[in-house]
Amino acid sequence: MKAAGVVAALAAAGWIDPALADSAEWNKRAFDVKSLDELIGLLGGETASASEAIHFDAPDIAENGAVVPLAIVSAIPGTESIAILVEKNPNVLAAMFTLPEGTLPEIQARVKMAETCNVYALVRAGGRYFYTAKEIKVTLGGCGG
Amino acid sequence: MANPMKIRARADGDVVEVKVLMAHVMETGQRKNQAGEIIPAWFIQRVEATYGDRVVLSAQWGPAISANPFLLFKFRHGAKGEKVRITWFDSKGNTRTDEVVIA
Repeated sequence: MKAAGVVAALAAAGWIDPALADSAEWNKRAFDVKSLDELIGLLGGETASASEAIHFDAPDIAENGAVVPLAIVSAIPGTESIAILVEKNPNVLAAMFTLPEGTLPEIQARVKMAETCNVYALVRAGGRYFYTAKEIKVTLGGCGG
Repeated sequence: MANPMKIRARADGDVVEVKVLMAHVMETGQRKNQAGEIIPAWFIQRVEATYGDRVVLSAQWGPAISANPFLLFKFRHGAKGEKVRITWFDSKGNTRTDEVVIA
């Protein structure tokens, strides 16, 4: 893919523009992906590398899958955005945060988990992707009726 | 009309820590009611935080964010007495904006 194509793919995915959420478009395609690899492909990136420079604080066991608190701090220089993915949820992508210049690479949020699985913190820095994974056991799933 | 957000913003030096609690059902579209019918999805899709004219955070969310979403983030070059403004947009076209003075 030529550079322009990559840019177009990233722009379509909403991740190349620091002001991504300024576009009034919610990125449905990103939220429809079924895996981390599929998301990275959609975003026009190469395979993400595992990184110990992403600190991912989450419970080992979530008694209530409806409310799982996550804290992510990236020590990767030039962190531009942070995404949260829950491997076995019906929609794998939970959230994408774009961090403009001056915003610290640190996010806390709470997610729903359907069942025990890996949760990924995905970081984009300098156009490359890095992730760290943590398995969280769920006692009571947070997606069903 | 959507209920107001609870926002706290505290400056430590020139770093401002912002905590937000939004009031929203964040319905996934996966659940069924007692009659066995799917409860339609209804969730916050985008969040934007601004400090003056400066966007300090923008986010896109799916239905996997917990009900009544909590969010914490931090940004530099903020000052006590100035305001942080948060806006969310949901999947039904609703939006809500609230602001708080940095303590």
